[in-house]
Amino acid sequence: MDTFLVLILSFISIVVVNNLVLTKFLGICPFLGVSGRIDMAFGMGMAVTFVVTLSGTITWMIDHWVLMEWGLEVTRYVCFILVIAGAVQLVEMYLRKFFPTLYESFGIFLPLITTNCAILGLCLFINLWEINSLVEAVVLSFGAGVGFTLAICIMAGIRENLELSDVPAALRGAPITLITAGILTLAFMGFAGMIK
Amino acid sequence: MTKISNISKLSETFSAGLWKENPVLRLLLGMCPTLAVTAAVKPALTMSVCVIFVLTCSNIVVSLMRNLLKPHLRILMFTLTIATFVTIADLFLKAFMPEMSTKLGPYIPLIIVNCIIIGRAEACASKNGIMISIVDALGMGLGFTIALCTLASVRELLSTGKIFEFIVMPKFFVPWAAMSMPVGAFVTLGLILGLMNVITRKNA
Repeated sequence: MDTFLVLILSFISIVVVNNLVLTKFLGICPFLGVSGRIDMAFGMGMAVTFVVTLSGTITWMIDHWVLMEWGLEVTRYVCFILVIAGAVQLVEMYLRKFFPTLYESFGIFLPLITTNCAILGLCLFINLWEINSLVEAVVLSFGAGVGFTLAICIMAGIRENLELSDVPAALRGAPITLITAGILTLAFMGFAGMIK
Repeated sequence: MTKISNISKLSETFSAGLWKENPVLRLLLGMCPTLAVTAAVKPALTMSVCVIFVLTCSNIVVSLMRNLLKPHLRILMFTLTIATFVTIADLFLKAFMPEMSTKLGPYIPLIIVNCIIIGRAEACASKNGIMISIVDALGMGLGFTIALCTLASVRELLSTGKIFEFIVMPKFFVPWAAMSMPVGAFVTLGLILGLMNVITRKNA
């Protein structure tokens, strides 16, 4: 029962308390770039969730079972980035073969995910927080993806309304998006301290 | 004659990174480190030095091997080159500045996926000779440093009343705690970008 509670807590913590986008500044580029429309934002979120769960799990396994066993920690970053690039390729090939419609709708997002800092960032955070069980690593990776989707969808919803509002000329475009994101982080700060 | 045009081309490449194509303020690249490490000037400066080092080294290597690259493998080669130099920078920081290394945490390895570096490798180093690539890396790196330090000094000044850990504000100044939190990073950067827009519009 205890382990189950820990898993639920770490899931909630990575989704809202330690949300990667709004408290750790990871994945800002797609957050600002793709969050113009809700359906696109949701598609991006789904793709990221999938890749981050896969690569978070695989990097944990490689890190614990290969690199730490043989004292190869120096090559950690190179391995991580290879795994992520590989995972993206794999997902791309798999989707193109078996779910062509889904593949079409993801479009350019899929290759872009390789350079999404949220994914490498999560793999590094799992390493930094010294997560020792595979299940917890999987839950954290999946939660990170859900958190990213949540943040990018909220942002897209706000931006759809922002287009109709009267913004000072100098602040149009990126500046007002950043300021909106800042106010959004204030809202998420309300969760801080809820779980350690 | 060719020498003079060479020099003018180099200086043009160098100055492009500072203002006209400033990676952070103009092209909106590399936002993650920009927002994450700018709570104070010192970590911002450390981060910038690391980025300049990695950018210069990877530009040199990419420029040297540009003729050997297969098009479909080039992004992978860029990433691996960058990851190698980031590992060097990370180990250096861990050995000589352990305090700063723990403070910056995962943001040093995250230089690997910093769009500035991979963007410059793709846009400049894979097409140009080694001299231009080096100068371009230095210019872009300096532009990155300027942007980071501007943002960091505003945030450090308002959140603690200090700059570079020297007290500059008068005693009655009440620190704005919010400036050191994520909201401070987003809003300050947004306002700086707005200010840039106003300046460019006046000049145009």
